[in-house]
Amino acid sequence: MDFGPYLLLASLEGAVMAAVLALTAVGLSVVFGVMRVVNVAHGEFFMLGAVLAWWVASWAVGHPAIGFVLALILAPILVGLIASAADMVVLKRVEYDPERTIVATIGLLYIIQQVTLMTFGPEARPVQPPFNQRLSLPWFEFGENGFELVWPWGLGTTSYKLFVIAAAIVILLGVWALMSRTKLGLYMRATQLDRQMAQAFGINVERVYVSVFGFGAGLAALGAVLIVPIQQAHYLMGGDPLLLSFIVVIIGGLGSLFGTVVAAVLIGMSDGVISMFFSPTLAKILSTLLVAFILIFRPQGLFGKRAA
Amino acid sequence: MASVTLLSTKGLSRSFGGIRAVENVDFELPEGQIRALIGPNGAGKSTFVGLLCGRIAASSGSVRFMDRDISHLPAHRRIALGMAYTFQITSVFARLSLYENVALAARRSIGSDRASVDREVASALERVGLTERTDQPAEDLSYGHQRLLEIAMGIAQHPKLLILDEPTQGLADSEIRQFNALVRELNAEATILLIEHNMDVVMEIADAITVLNFGEVLAEGPPEEIRQNRAVQAAYLGTG
Amino acid sequence: MRPEAKSLALHLGLLALLVIAQFVVSPFHHGNLSRIMVLAVFAIGYNVLFGYVGLLSLGHALFFSAGMYGMGLAMQHLGVSALAAIAVGVFSAFVLSAVVGAVALRTTGVAFMIVTLMLAQAGYLAILYFGAYTRGDEGFVIQPEFRTIAGLDLTDPTVRYFAAFFVLAACLLLTLRLVHSSFGRVLVAIRENEERARMLGYDVFRHKLIAVIISGTLSGAAGAVYGLLFGYVGATFATVQYSILPLLWVLLGGAGTVIGPFIGTLFMFYLIDFSSGLTSAYMVVAGVVLVLLTLFAPQGLAGEVKRRLLPWLP
Repeated sequence: MDFGPYLLLASLEGAVMAAVLALTAVGLSVVFGVMRVVNVAHGEFFMLGAVLAWWVASWAVGHPAIGFVLALILAPILVGLIASAADMVVLKRVEYDPERTIVATIGLLYIIQQVTLMTFGPEARPVQPPFNQRLSLPWFEFGENGFELVWPWGLGTTSYKLFVIAAAIVILLGVWALMSRTKLGLYMRATQLDRQMAQAFGINVERVYVSVFGFGAGLAALGAVLIVPIQQAHYLMGGDPLLLSFIVVIIGGLGSLFGTVVAAVLIGMSDGVISMFFSPTLAKILSTLLVAFILIFRPQGLFGKRAA
Repeated sequence: MASVTLLSTKGLSRSFGGIRAVENVDFELPEGQIRALIGPNGAGKSTFVGLLCGRIAASSGSVRFMDRDISHLPAHRRIALGMAYTFQITSVFARLSLYENVALAARRSIGSDRASVDREVASALERVGLTERTDQPAEDLSYGHQRLLEIAMGIAQHPKLLILDEPTQGLADSEIRQFNALVRELNAEATILLIEHNMDVVMEIADAITVLNFGEVLAEGPPEEIRQNRAVQAAYLGTG
Repeated sequence: MRPEAKSLALHLGLLALLVIAQFVVSPFHHGNLSRIMVLAVFAIGYNVLFGYVGLLSLGHALFFSAGMYGMGLAMQHLGVSALAAIAVGVFSAFVLSAVVGAVALRTTGVAFMIVTLMLAQAGYLAILYFGAYTRGDEGFVIQPEFRTIAGLDLTDPTVRYFAAFFVLAACLLLTLRLVHSSFGRVLVAIRENEERARMLGYDVFRHKLIAVIISGTLSGAAGAVYGLLFGYVGATFATVQYSILPLLWVLLGGAGTVIGPFIGTLFMFYLIDFSSGLTSAYMVVAGVVLVLLTLFAPQGLAGEVKRRLLPWLP
């Protein structure tokens, strides 16, 4: 394939990746923004979403689309409930102390991951996509006949991948509407600005925290359900999303939703593109170092505002 | 006798996001004086001493200490030159013993020789009257006693300049009398700059007073003169 | 007895017990104890930073593996003797901890945790990336014929036990000395109230940096010795898991006590050993212990003993 079509293909793969990453990272970002804690178990909630999606889909009968739709609804809710329970049993008890929360969520990470290993097993398991038409994509060329469209071999995508991108955009718009247009969103923003003040105005901060923690985990699970027909469910699949979400949230500016989405697109696209041309390991080394140095020299992120 | 200037500032300013907390202050403190720094709430007193000892970076202007420009030295280097600073909101090492609190202050200048540290700690704690509580953790002390511990930590550093930020806040009347005597005693060794709200204390022990208002020096002079000063009365009482 | 004398007696007592143990325990536990003693050095190194300065690093695997790979690569590719290889390993960790400290200490709190995590992750990936030298994920074995120091065969269980014991004893006494020194007391002062320590005229950054270097170098020494005594150098030791383990050992044993890290390592080692007999998902134990510790015993075992019974415990 020539360079041009190759780049288009890489960008498409990157866009799918960016879509899922945006959902996962926004989940992490909302939790950090409102509760000021870093949830190290976030990647495991992602993994749990994929595993539960497989579980729901394998119980459903009939057309694969039925199982998929059920999974899309049930898996995030179940994961959200599990996360809320963890919030009430553990995080609330350590009073959301930032450092103790990290240690506790590291513990949760191992518990979730290892319990999944005990029950789900070490195999990778696929979920059938609800639809999966292969779509060839055109490319243009200046040939003897002037400008013309060609259909290079190998340049194509699937309807499902386009669906993932579209679904992610719809969900993100939904999150935005929830944050800016609903009472719950108002409570969340108030708590984010000033916890004591929110409490003084009669907002049940404890309940906001429980919902936010569950909501953040649910978003990660939603991203996982979308990706699981492309990438199989596996008990160790939470590591990469965690690392990438970290990178995205830090580059986008801790707690800034808009910055997070922009950074997710940037990282997702460039990761897809870079790893087609460079060694993926080198790309990862560079991106982890980038995050470390952004935190050191520009802790408000690339898009965040410096605190006064 | 011509007095030697221990500390001076020229055009010292600091603003926080457009608000000028300290504005163009020229200040001179002769060696051996007890100087009180007074002014209404928000006049920039704490910011000003913060600029002196380097807790807060100046926006512009310079600080000289013992004939040396210290404007660009970090806080710990300034302290090491012979300043000591006691915090307005008590800031002792709560979970460490009184002994260890004072020993930490003493060791920096006299080294880790055990016998001399012991002697130093004992003498500093005795001067503030906390000898019996040497081995208790600092968090067990009452607020007033924690303030005295702060002062003991200041004493143990043997500073040339001792900066006390509202030292009598929270002290009982009897403790204040004790405190006044202590400051006079310390004055034999150290120059003292004290931020103080309690005007009785100021009038009784200060050799000179500097009044800050809206970050600027409003007046400066001996206590009697300041008491008579119209502008100072206006700033405090809101009458003209 | 003065507190210092009491604590010295306690720690010498522990060391004496370990000498006796070499002659009485079964070969299985004997081998375990050798490993535990070296890993405890890692934990002690971690505790210098976490327990005494209050800085929580999530990247100490970087220093452990720097020591291990410094040692292993020097033997494998430069053909140096075992003792010189250990020196290379320790020196690598020393340099790396100085560099990491100099950059990471510009941050505090959660940012410090994430920066150390990221730098360690970059180190792990670098080991994979330079697979031509490091043999990547597989790692490499150090052949038994090279594992000798001054004619002593380190593959012999008894020699190995005493080598591990020697390193632990040196490290334990060194830390004991450190925490009683005025430098160590300033570290505690920084942990308790950083701003106050600065306003007593202490150079906080310099103290923290030296603490990172001591902590990283001790961890590196543990890595180098571990690789040499047990004959294997592998990328697993550079993963996040090996940054979490010393945190776990120290939390369990008691942060800010000299004896805590050893106790924590001992307990956790046997806990994991026991549960790996029951399930392949043995790391679930680590998770449960971490959560329970943060909930119920943030002071750890030795920390609780110190709080309730022996306040002089250093």
